[in-house]
Amino acid sequence: MPQAEFDADEPRWSECAEAPAAGRRLAVAQALRALLPADCVLSGDNELRPYECDGLSVFRQQPMLVALPRTETELRAVLLECRQLGVPVVARGAGTGLSGGAMPHASGVLLSLARFDRILEINAPARIARVQPGVRNLAVSEAAAAHGLFYAPDPSSQIACSIGGNVAENSGGVHCLKYGLTLHNVLGLRGYTIDGELMELGGRTLDAPGLDLLALCVGSEGLLLVVTEVILKLLPKPELAQVVMASFDDVGKAGEAVAAIIAAGIVPSGLEMMDRKAAAAVEPFVHAGYDLSAAAILLAESDGTPDEVREEVAAMERVLHAAGATAIEVSRSEAERLRFWSGRKNAFPAAGRISPDYYCMDGTIPRKSLGQVLKAIEQMEHKYDLKCMNVFHAGDGNLHPLILFDANCEGAWERADRFGADILELCVQLGGTITGEHGVGVEKLNSMCVQFSPAERAAFFAVKRAFDPPGLLNPGKAIPTLARCAEYGRMHVRHGRLAHPDLPRF
Amino acid sequence: MDRMDSALQNLRGRVIEANAAKTPLRLRGAGSKDFYGERCDGTLLDMRGYRGVVDYEPSELVITARCGTSLSEVESLLARHQQFLAFEPPAFAADPTIGGIIACGLSGPRRCQAGAARDFVLGAALLCADGQLLHFGGKVIKNVAGFDVARLLCGSLGILGAITEVSLKVLPLPRAEQTLRFEMTADAALESFNRWAGQPLPISATGWCNGQAWLRLSGAPSALRAARTRLGGELLDAAPADEWWRGLRHQTHAFFREAHTLWRLSLPSTAAPLAGAGPQLIEWGGALRWCASDLPAAELRGLATAAGGTALHWRGGEAGQRFHPLAPTLLAIHRRLKARFDPHRIFNPGRLIADL
Ligand SMILES: Cc1cc2nc3c(=O)[nH]c(=O)nc-3n(C[C@H](O)[C@H](O)[C@H](O)COP(=O)(O)OP(=O)(O)OC[C@H]3O[C@@H](n4cnc5c(N)ncnc54)[C@H](O)[C@@H]3O)c2cc1C
Repeated sequence: MPQAEFDADEPRWSECAEAPAAGRRLAVAQALRALLPADCVLSGDNELRPYECDGLSVFRQQPMLVALPRTETELRAVLLECRQLGVPVVARGAGTGLSGGAMPHASGVLLSLARFDRILEINAPARIARVQPGVRNLAVSEAAAAHGLFYAPDPSSQIACSIGGNVAENSGGVHCLKYGLTLHNVLGLRGYTIDGELMELGGRTLDAPGLDLLALCVGSEGLLLVVTEVILKLLPKPELAQVVMASFDDVGKAGEAVAAIIAAGIVPSGLEMMDRKAAAAVEPFVHAGYDLSAAAILLAESDGTPDEVREEVAAMERVLHAAGATAIEVSRSEAERLRFWSGRKNAFPAAGRISPDYYCMDGTIPRKSLGQVLKAIEQMEHKYDLKCMNVFHAGDGNLHPLILFDANCEGAWERADRFGADILELCVQLGGTITGEHGVGVEKLNSMCVQFSPAERAAFFAVKRAFDPPGLLNPGKAIPTLARCAEYGRMHVRHGRLAHPDLPRF
Repeated sequence: MDRMDSALQNLRGRVIEANAAKTPLRLRGAGSKDFYGERCDGTLLDMRGYRGVVDYEPSELVITARCGTSLSEVESLLARHQQFLAFEPPAFAADPTIGGIIACGLSGPRRCQAGAARDFVLGAALLCADGQLLHFGGKVIKNVAGFDVARLLCGSLGILGAITEVSLKVLPLPRAEQTLRFEMTADAALESFNRWAGQPLPISATGWCNGQAWLRLSGAPSALRAARTRLGGELLDAAPADEWWRGLRHQTHAFFREAHTLWRLSLPSTAAPLAGAGPQLIEWGGALRWCASDLPAAELRGLATAAGGTALHWRGGEAGQRFHPLAPTLLAIHRRLKARFDPHRIFNPGRLIADL
């Protein structure tokens, strides 16, 4: 599959910033107002501003229009109209995304799913929830709690982020080591393509005939279809959960402790790590009782029956001791368990408190390389003259270095950006990936050039075009064009690092 | 170049040649699933030559193997480190290859608790029609860079290209396993399976056949003790219990041996037992129903659809379409994917969908 063919097809405005032609906004607004009630189409500057970015606010673009359909019929009509008029469409859930995936197009419609906010069904005997995409992640577990059930994926943003956004990003959480990612907890999807075709993927069964388009659409960042309904798997709430908190005087040792726990045949329900800078940033904020003298803190959770948890906690304590933990504490109550977690879950806001801006990275590496990566990041702090605090989903090797900077300082963002790209390239070199759970969006387009060959990227475009022949759904995101990678390659060669990134690997 | 690389070169040469001549290939591992899927004609391309475990580090919980590696090789290597493939791929009567296992995407009794084959796929290499070797996903557990083509390949029956390598997530073996047996009707079994699944019990597999429900518990010994007290039932010895689960996994159980025509129905786990569909064996907490039935295909499909699921004509009986028909909108996507990935239809034409 030659990529050049797709490059030629990529619409002119895929760069997101190209302004609409004169009179276009008015014409499209009129067309949409014929389909939706007046309050469901926003076009004034003040109304559009809240939609100009997602959680990654360094990338901003005001949309031409915002549409807020309330029903599938309205949503389908908007898609068909945009298809007819050749207007790009960007779906948006809660806007907490961290890769600019929901960043609008200057000449496009931002399609908000905010009004698709109903839990349609909690079916306790079948252990499923059927929800609209605008439902908040946490609301599902809250609704299921009465039945002793919960929805396992729990991103730190769970009070705000939407199920539609979770599906689009294949979001993870602190418990995905044991319970899986969004992918593993979604049984079915319903949605529409830009052609207004209804897609029903999966359902209430454990498998469906044909290619696994459900798996393909989870994590597709709004490029393939707009999701209007999701069937989620609910799990029985474990009887008990306890967290072991261990301090280490060296990050390398903490990394080895993570590998040792896994090697001992234990799959904790959560296994997270914070470095000293992260612990110091969150402690004044949450008073979790973190050991501020430690170079790294590990949080390992066990859940199950009381006996099982007791055995597993004891086993983890043994492993952590042997791995050189300098202090170990076990939560004695549910309140204490939540307090131990509170810092980890609040790391991002805490970064925002100690620094005017922060840039959150999301690479994944083989667990064994944790120590090595942390040391490398420390060196990069000097190279780019910026501080970086580290939190990780250590159990699955997913790093979240938080690069601290001040966007008002001349050149600081550019340095943070290059710092981040450097970390991601190291992840790829070590056999990992540029994004574990936040998605590519607009942010990691360049890094996609490093991780994938032109033929691989062409395959992604082939998938995109199979669902979205005109290329109108969230164009310019997630997959870089050949031209963009060539440009990035030239820039790289100038920095004397990577030569010929666009040569095929075979 | 070592022997393995030349094996890959050889496969690549065959693919390029077939693509140039527009002659179809029939990809095959050990042939354990020759019976599975729609009819497919083409020159045989034996994938077994490209074999071997490429990478395995127990503490990463990931194994990477070439397509021709046998299941027995992978399983014995994992067992040496107290790990296993938790989706329990069926081997049937042979020793299947890893490539074939992923191309078919079938899972065994543990599927309802641990997940399906596709849930364990982390990455795959695909040999495309034009001879390019593409890598999707990777060797790490969390990875959302690019569309999840690796998982799309799982269950694709080779129609998009030849899977040459896969990385799979593995899990530690459960510390203990025990099997309980209950005398109950199908109705009672379905009700119990669904009720138990809503409680925090360490159930790793369920089955019902001939008036008996079987339940496997896996996990910490203390958790098993607690569950047994709660559930009751008859505790079985390890040997007959293992034999029974193997019989389900590899379809050596008498139910399968005796069935002339076998249908596989994927239903919501809470669907009532199917009336008039012949002898049945229930797995996956009710989500999988095997029917030994000579009913006409249309009737069985009708029953499955009415119950909210689909019916696959597994083996035996009359010729005709095997898989449950797809909705036209989904079929259109399949056609476009096939047209892009394999424009000359050289890879397993017809095996997943008759004219694709
Ligand atoms: C403080 C903080 C902590 C976070 N912690 C985590 C974490 O622990 N784990 C994690 O994985 N992520 C985390 N995130 C990232 C973010 O919350 C997730 O990516 C989340 O899933 C985004 O959901 P959203 O509703 O905000 O989506 P948005 O940001 O609105 O959109 C994200 C993407 O989804 C698409 N989309 C949204 N709805 C639909 C739909 N209905 N149909 C099709 N496409 C759609 C958009 O086009 C966009 O590409 C965190 C973010 C913040 C700010």
